[in-house]
This record gives sequence, C-alpha cells and structure tokens, in this order.
Amino acid sequence: MFAYYFQLGVRSLRRNPVLTALMIMAIGFGVAASMTTYSVFRATSNNPIPQKSSVLFAPQIDNWGPEDNDKGEPPSAMTYTDAMALMRAHKAQRQTALYPIAISVVPDDANMLPIMENSYAWYGDAFSMFDVPFLYGSGWTSTEDDAHAAVTVISRALNEKLFHGANSVGRALNIDGRSYRITGVIDTWNPQPLFFDPVNTSGFDDPTQIFIPFTRAIDLKLSTAGNNNCNKDPGDGYEAWLRSECIWIQYWAELPQSTAAASYKDFLTGYAAEQQRAGRFRWAPNVRLNDVMKWMDVQKVVPPESKISLLVSLGFLLICLVNTVGLLLAKFMKRSSEIGVRRALGASRREIYAQFLIESATVGLAGGLLGLILTGVGMLGIGLVFEPQIARLAHLDVQLIALTLLVAIMATVMAAFYPTWRAAQVQPAWQLKSN
Amino acid sequence: MLQIKPILVALKRHKSGTILIALQIALTLAIVCNALFIIQQRVTRLQRPTGLQESDLLTIQSRFVGVTDDGVAPLVRSDVLALRQVTGVEDAYATNSYPLRGGGWSTGTRLNPDAKKPTAQTTQYFVDEHALATMGAKLIAGRNFNAGEVIVADPKSLKTPPQAIVTKALAEKLYPKEPALGKPFYLGDDKTPATIIGIVERLQVPWSGTWAENFNDNAVLLPVQLTSNFTVYMIRAKPGQLADITKSVPAALFKNNRMRVITGERGIRTFAMVREQAYKSDRGMAILMGVVCLVLLAITAAGIVGLTSFWVGQRRKQIGVRRALGATKRDILSYFLTENLLIGIVGVVIGAGLAIGMNLWLVSHFEMARLSMVYVLAGVVLLLLLGQGAVLAPAMRASRVSPIEATRSV
Repeated sequence: MFAYYFQLGVRSLRRNPVLTALMIMAIGFGVAASMTTYSVFRATSNNPIPQKSSVLFAPQIDNWGPEDNDKGEPPSAMTYTDAMALMRAHKAQRQTALYPIAISVVPDDANMLPIMENSYAWYGDAFSMFDVPFLYGSGWTSTEDDAHAAVTVISRALNEKLFHGANSVGRALNIDGRSYRITGVIDTWNPQPLFFDPVNTSGFDDPTQIFIPFTRAIDLKLSTAGNNNCNKDPGDGYEAWLRSECIWIQYWAELPQSTAAASYKDFLTGYAAEQQRAGRFRWAPNVRLNDVMKWMDVQKVVPPESKISLLVSLGFLLICLVNTVGLLLAKFMKRSSEIGVRRALGASRREIYAQFLIESATVGLAGGLLGLILTGVGMLGIGLVFEPQIARLAHLDVQLIALTLLVAIMATVMAAFYPTWRAAQVQPAWQLKSN
Repeated sequence: MLQIKPILVALKRHKSGTILIALQIALTLAIVCNALFIIQQRVTRLQRPTGLQESDLLTIQSRFVGVTDDGVAPLVRSDVLALRQVTGVEDAYATNSYPLRGGGWSTGTRLNPDAKKPTAQTTQYFVDEHALATMGAKLIAGRNFNAGEVIVADPKSLKTPPQAIVTKALAEKLYPKEPALGKPFYLGDDKTPATIIGIVERLQVPWSGTWAENFNDNAVLLPVQLTSNFTVYMIRAKPGQLADITKSVPAALFKNNRMRVITGERGIRTFAMVREQAYKSDRGMAILMGVVCLVLLAITAAGIVGLTSFWVGQRRKQIGVRRALGATKRDILSYFLTENLLIGIVGVVIGAGLAIGMNLWLVSHFEMARLSMVYVLAGVVLLLLLGQGAVLAPAMRASRVSPIEATRSV
C-alpha cells in the first residue's frame, strides 16, 4: 500500500507543477538555510574534549574587586601571583598554568628564514591533562618543570618542516637563539574550539606548534603574546609586572572525582579569604570553577553571528512551513471530489490520512533533496560571514545529510497534518452530488 | 465602494486560509524588519571613515628573532631608514598599531589625574614625525611632532611623553567648551600630563567590533619609539606603485636584517585588505540577511498567489453570479484586493508586535541596538504592497470570469 500511495503522490505532484515547485522550493530553501547555519553552530558549540570535558576545570579568582571587575564576575585570566600560589598548593590531581608566547624557530639550514609558529608555555602535566597524542617521545616531566629546563615539544607539522618527519626526540632546536632539547613530537592535535585558551583565541585558531615549560618562559622574561589586562599601572619592568594585579594567565585543574570539584572550590574560597586577611583583597572571596563546556559558555565561544543567523534561519524555515500548510491545503481541497469518490467506494478516513501524509512526505523528500543541493551551495558561502578558522570547521557530512532529509520530511509531514485532516473530513455525499 | 462586510462574511468561511496568510505575513514582517535593521547597522559600521588616505598604503608586521627588547631600538631605526629609501616608497614609520588592525592599546584619559572614572577611553598609537604624512591624516590645528621630540621607551615602563596629538573627537570629549590645543591631559594612571600640540580631524581605533564603538574615533598619537621586538610598519607608496612595493618592501626588510619573521595573515597587507578583513563578518552578515529577506519575501508572495488562486478557483461560480447580477470587472478586482488588504493589515499588526518583541529579545541576548520604528513602518508598507502585488494576478483572473459561469453548473 505504501508503494502505491507513494506512486499516487508522485503522480499528483506532477499534476500541478507550479504549486508543487513552489512547495518544494519553500521547503528546500528553508531547510538549506537552517542546515547551513546549523553546521556553523554545531562546529562552534562542539565539545572539543568529550572524554575529559567534565573533569577539567578553569578556576577564576577575583583579584580586582567589585570596582574593576565585570558586573561582579571575576576576571577571565589570572595573575602570576595567584597562578603560582595554586601551582604550589598542588590541590588537583594535575594542574597547569599556561599562556601564549611569541617565539621563533631558527632552522639549522642557513637557507631557511626564521619561522614563527603558535606557541604556548605550560607545565608538563598539561600533555596528559589535555590528552595530547604523541607521535614520538613524550611530554617533559615535573622534574624538568622544576629545573626550568630548556626542553620543548613540537608538532608533527613543524617536525615535517624541520626534520622531514624523522624522529627528532633528543635533538636540539634553536628557539630565538637558544638551544632546546626536543622531548616529544605530538601528532596532529587541534581541538576546536581551542578550549584551553578561549580568552586569547576567541576559541578558534591554527594548531599550536611549539610548547616550552612555563618556568623556562618566565626565566626568559617572555611576555604574553595574548591579552594582558591591568586595573592599575603595574610599575616598571618584568619583575614588577609579575608581582602586579595584571591578569594574563589561563589556569586548568584536573579533578576526576565528583567530590574533588567541590573541595577544590572550597580551597579557592579559602585562598581568596586568606588574601583578604592579608590585606591584598579588600572584598569577600569571589571565585568560580567551571568545567570545559561551562567555560566555553562563559567565554561566549559561539560567535553571536552564528546564533543570530541560526535563529533567523529557523524563523525562515517556520515561515516556509506555514507557506507549505497553505499550499497543501489548497492542493488537497482541490481534490475534494476525488476524495469523495474514494470515500464512497469504501476507503476509510485512515486510508485518506495515509495517502495524503505519504504524498506530503514525497514533497518533503523532494524538498530535502533540493535542500541538500542548496546546503552545499550555502557551505561555500559560510566563508563570507565567518572567519576562515571557523568557516573551515563547518562541513557537509553524512550526519548533516541525514539530518537535512529528516528535517525536510518531518517538517513537511507535520505541516501536512492540518490539510490532511481537512481532506479526511470531506463528506462523500456532498462531493458526489454536484457535477 | 469597499465591500468590507461581505468580505468579512466570506473570510469566515475560509478561516484556515485567512489565518495562514495573516500568520505568514506577520512572521515575514518580524524577520524582515529585524534583518533590514541588522543590514543597516552593519552597512553604517563598514562605511565609517578611518581618517587615513587608504589608497597606496601598505602595512607590515615584523618580529625580530633572537634579540632582547633593549637591543631592538637601533634595528627598528635602521628598518625605517631602509624603508624610506626603497624605490616607490613615499614615506614610512614604525608603530604599535593602526586603524582597523584588530589589536592595539587602549587606556583611559583624565583631566584630573586622581579621578576614579576616566573622562574618555582612547587608543594609543606610538609614532614618529613621519606618521601624519604616511597615514595621510589631516592636521586641523597645531603642529606635527618634530624629530627631536621622539623618545625611545620600554613598553613595560612607559611614561607619558610631554607632547601628544589627539583626534578632534577626543579633544572635544576632553575639552567640550574650549579649544583643546595647548591644554594638558593624563593617560592611564600616569601623574604627569601630556600637552595637546596638535589635533587631527579623524583617526579610527584598531578595533572594528561593537565593544570599541563608544570610542571609535578617540585616538592619541605619542612621539614614542617602543622597544618591543614586535613592530608594525606603515608605508605609503608613491601613487600607483603600491603593487610594486608590496613585493620590494619585504625583500628590502629581509635584506636589511634576515633574523626576523613577517607573521601570518596580518603580516603583509595593503590597507584595502586590512579593511576587507576587519569588516568581513559585517559585510557577510549584511549579505546573508539581504538574501534571507529576498527569498523570504519571494516565498511569502508565492504563498499568497497560491492560496488566492485556490480561492478564485473555488469561487468561480459565485463570481459568475455576481457578474451576472451586474458587478463590473473592477468590482471583482477590488473585492480580492480589499480582501488581501484586510488580511494583510491583521498580519502586519501582529507582525509589528512580533518584530519589536524579537528585537527586544535580540537586544537582551546580543549586543544589538533598539529597532527604529522607521524599519517597522517600512516593513509594514513593503509587506502590504507585496500582498497587493501578489494578489493582482489571481484577482485579474477572477475579474475575467464570465457571467455565463453562473448558469453552467447544477
């Protein structure tokens, strides 16, 4: 019966080509707009580290107080003072302070110019905290952190460029004129959004290529390559800046047990209270502890453009559906006499329902197919609105293709409920009487 | 002349169709109003002038490798002198940032150094005496820096220099009632003032986003050469030679000192590229909203045509009867136009409410401005006209129904 109704549906679509084309286009455009914008939303609201997102936490400590903070929320980065206090306390299973640095590699090959790559200074713990995959070797250890050692971990891409992909563990790398020993080469690792530092990257950036120990970077007096915010003049020189209330460090703690987060928060509150007693903070403890997804939310990683365009497209789809309801109503009611004949010949209401819902599903399928083509076109247009770092994350995969067809068919069938109900209400006697 | 009462009676018999058209008009109005408003906001934003003469301008970002900050000053000096010697280069200077660059310095300005709240927020451009000529900024009062005033300073222990050039917008914020030229002001927490020695007509801040919107034209030029191994060079080409120097200038820099990196996507950009990148998402958003509006209006119009055609088809008999009883073609035409107008009015009234509601929601969730009533009015007129236009073809067909139809059936 399904195949027969499907055939009937296809035939009926051919009977009013203009009306059918209108419906298919409305559904196609509506679905395509929604799916294109959804693909960007999906990419930007992605969970970058699903296996650990609930055990990694970003603490915040309000060192600026109600006068300088943003509507009572603690600053989104940390001072050197607070980050070091948390590192020393060592209350989490693993922890790291981190900040972006601007360093350049000087290749041994004299014909090559210096290369600058995205780089971070962090602690050895970070590699295991963030599940960074290694191609060769491993990260450095806490002994090397404590020794402020000149060690480095580089990316696969940089290893290709400098060592033609060979195992470079143990070899020396010239960074800004100083020699570093390579302890590991990481495999391709580019979590998007860039959860460990949304503050300095807005969430989307090219992969990091070089890591060096945080302690080493401080020894070399490297300033942050990201944002540095001060509520008052830090004074002269690097040492004064380290001691100042300027915020520029991102901090992460790994707290695997469910109770650990609560006790870590208590620890943060205790620390802030201690600072208050010492006279550094002239306000009550104001701390936050957010896991990865909460932190992405607080940092507004999903660009407002993505949310607005998704909302507008969903509104657009809604209008297309209202339009479809109207057109289907017109189409079905035109066939009142046909329905009358079928009913008079013994078709039940249920059969009328089945026939018309299947017919509208065929419209939905056709709309979905058109929508797929238009989504493909829309994908090309994403680069118009969004940064290349975001635009390249959105792609048409099997999941999105299935979703496009499903949304098109479901939406059309839902839109068809009212017109079908009206069609099923047709009184056979009335229709047979006339003509 | 308008047969409103019979129309209302007839519409009661087509409740669902009427509601669907009205609903579609209402939703379309809500989205079109807000989309037009977003387009207007974005377009105004990307039309803001920078205060620069943007043609023939090249920007380069360079970072020295293996040099500590205190060794940088002579290298930058040497770079700048080398740049000014390149064939086709009119003038050049080194700085920390420039309008629309996407990153730079900002601080508060005060008239009273002990005041808690700054008088105005501003960006700082650290430049030399060649900056105004290179930028093509228009000095409207006072004078330029001279070479002797330019000091070398570490960005981590920077003191306000004695002289400053400010934009007209900032001068008027600081001294709204009197001429600002020759007057002092304080930057950040510094207790020593700078004196305004010159005023330029306009210079935009490095940011194009909404957060810098309330100090978009506030800029201070300071005669300081920062000793940071990261430097930005602004280079003005002789007319028509921009394409040539875009190639020759980086080569000249590497020839002057090869221990450097010219970095990433902001490395070498003509100002046209700077502008395009800064406003990329604004332009894209405007285009997207424009396309959505057009497709939406087309679909709504198509929906009205479809449903009205259906109604005309259903009522051929009644139309025939009316024509036989003496109604003119014009009467039939005006019947359908009026019917559409009535539905349209209901739709736009609901739609105006929805548009305002949607805007209020956007305002509370995103950095958006309040919708101006002009847009609602424009949207209302647009949709009513669209409805009338869409209904015209089916209504014409209805008016051509022959009175004989009345006699045919039964």
